[in-house]
Order: sequence, then C-alpha cells, then structure tokens
Amino acid sequence: MCDTCGCNMTHGNQHLLAPGGKLHKTGQGNEAVTVLKNLLSENDHIAVHNRQHFDRHGVLALNLMSSPGSGKTSLLEATIGSLGNRYRIAVIEGDLETENDAERIRRCGVEAIQITTGTACHLDAHMVHDALHRLNLDDIDILFIENVGNLVCPAGFDLGQHSNITLLSVTEGDDKPAKYPVMFRVAELVALTKVDLLPLLDDFDPERARENIRTLANAAPVLETSARQPETLQTWLQWLEDEIQQHRTHCENAETA
Amino acid sequence: MHELSVCQALISQVEELAQREMVQRVERVRVGIGPLSGVEPQLLQHAYPLAAAGTLAENSELEIENRPIRVHCPTCGKTSDANASRLLCAHCGDWQTTLVSGDELMLLQVEFIRETDNV
Repeated sequence: MCDTCGCNMTHGNQHLLAPGGKLHKTGQGNEAVTVLKNLLSENDHIAVHNRQHFDRHGVLALNLMSSPGSGKTSLLEATIGSLGNRYRIAVIEGDLETENDAERIRRCGVEAIQITTGTACHLDAHMVHDALHRLNLDDIDILFIENVGNLVCPAGFDLGQHSNITLLSVTEGDDKPAKYPVMFRVAELVALTKVDLLPLLDDFDPERARENIRTLANAAPVLETSARQPETLQTWLQWLEDEIQQHRTHCENAETA
Repeated sequence: MHELSVCQALISQVEELAQREMVQRVERVRVGIGPLSGVEPQLLQHAYPLAAAGTLAENSELEIENRPIRVHCPTCGKTSDANASRLLCAHCGDWQTTLVSGDELMLLQVEFIRETDNV
C-alpha cells in the first residue's frame, strides 16, 4: 500500500477528502492538517524494503502464523525433510524466549536465526530486517518466517513476505476462523494440522473450518496435513513448488523489465 | 496487545508533522479505525496518554472514528454492511466479496495550536 499518492483511498473513506484544503482552521481557530496516512506506515516502509531484498536475491519469503503449539516448527521440519535436497531453505524463528525452535531447525541441517522478542507478541518488519543481515540471501531459495505463536497481533504487521500461511490445529476447534477473523482473512493458505488426531475428536469438522474461512471472503486453499504422516503433505509441498516457480518467473520478468 | 506500539507509531507521525508545521502544541488527533485492522479502539485510547507523555502531543485529545465494515459483491454488484466474522453479501449471500472499508488504521487529521504572539 502506498501512503503518499492517495491509492489507499477507498470508496469508504473518500468523504474524508472533504473541501477545506489540507490545512484549514477549525471552529475553535486551531489549525488542522488532514493526513490520511496508515499508522503503521513506518513498518510498511521497512516491509517494502525487505520484499525488495528478497526479490533481488530471488528468495521466496513465507510468513507462518498460528496459535502457540499448533505445529509450525513440526511442519517446517517435515518440509525440510522433503524439499531440503532440492531447495535451499532458511528459517527465521520468532519467540518470546529461548532458542529451542531454531535449534530444532538447525538439527535438520538448515540455517535458522532466532529472534527473541521479550514481551512483544509479534514480529515486525524491523526485527525481520535485522535478522536478514545475519543471512546470506544469495544462498536461499525459500525463507520461512515463523512468527510468534499468537492468532491476534502478527496479522497486523507486514514483514515483507510474499504469502501468509496460517495454521490451525484440529485440537483448537473449527470455529477459530470466526473467532479470529483478522488473522484468517489475510491467509493465502490455511493448513489444518495434526489431522491424524481427527478420529479421536468429535468436534472438529474440516469442512466447517473451510466454510468459516469462506465466510471471511477468503478463497485460500485449506489443506489437511499431519507432520507425522508425510503422505498428507503432498498438496502442501506442491503448493510450495508452484509458489517458487511463480516467484522465479516474477523476479526474472522484473529484472528484464 | 500491541496497541501501545501502534500508539507510539502514531505519536511519532504526529510529532514529525508538528515539527514540519513549526507548531508548539498538538490539540487533537483524529484517527480512523476499522474492526478488521486488529486494533482495539478502547485499548488505543488507554495507551494514548502514555505514548503522548513528554511529546508535543502531551495532553492532546485522541478522537477515534470507528469505521464500518462494508463489502462489495462482484456477483450482484451491490455494497452492504457486514460484520468481522461474516463478510458475506447481505443482498445475495455470496461469499466472494471484496472489502470496501473496515480494515483502516489511519491517521486522519491533526489539530494544532500555533502560539503566534511570540513570533
């Protein structure tokens, strides 16, 4: 989104461009300046910068979001196991404390940078930018950014990723998309995880989860996965491969343009 | 709970503007917030005085304009109100709508007091 040319004006807020000019007097004689700028424009500015970095080096960046314990790291471990010999993968891990997740990823033979946020409930574009300085982007095809486990705040911050992936484990309940619409509305792919547990649960219906996502006007693919059952990951791996190919074509076209 | 960091970003924009306009005091800041921005207006209101303390915006008033959720339906061509967990077209029920408003997190207007006596 651009904050300077006015392209962020929608039908809904056009009335804000009322006559009176940019700087005018109010009833009390104060001066008023009309701004119309996104409050997170500084974050968005760095996010655009991050995305340019990724594109220049042909890196596909994916932002993984979910509640804590829904299986982001497990999905990454399984993904590295399947694609690690064909693509160069790196991971940025976001957590409040510990290097645990980064260590799990490193045990798979992949570089991982841990960001510990202290009390911050989400990653922002600055944190990711700092982490990028510790990675050689020329050596990476796919960069996974594992956000802080939280279904609320991470959705509000653009990191410079190309796609948002939201995980929903089947133990969490199929109404999570309705309860956390901000998160599920921005997902470009939703992975239902731990589906191997479905026979034990009588209250999670993947079809209902899918309907709740469609009700948010989101057409994203909704995949049923289990990191413990590699055969369930085929559609996910294929989606990743398609994304990589599309991204490469995009970067090549941008270079020749 | 990231309303304080959102507030700090808001204050830094307001201060930048106040410095550019060379004014001494900010009187009122108006923002527009939609439910799908993920920011809770009430929490933002509480965080505001904390973020504004010690800045040109200290003691200024934060006015929050709650933006409605509106969706446009390409199938029937109509626009309707919706709610955060249900973005369907109110006219034909189609789910493939596009959001017209409701995800705003915008600084709309800043009011200043210019103390011209000393100039």
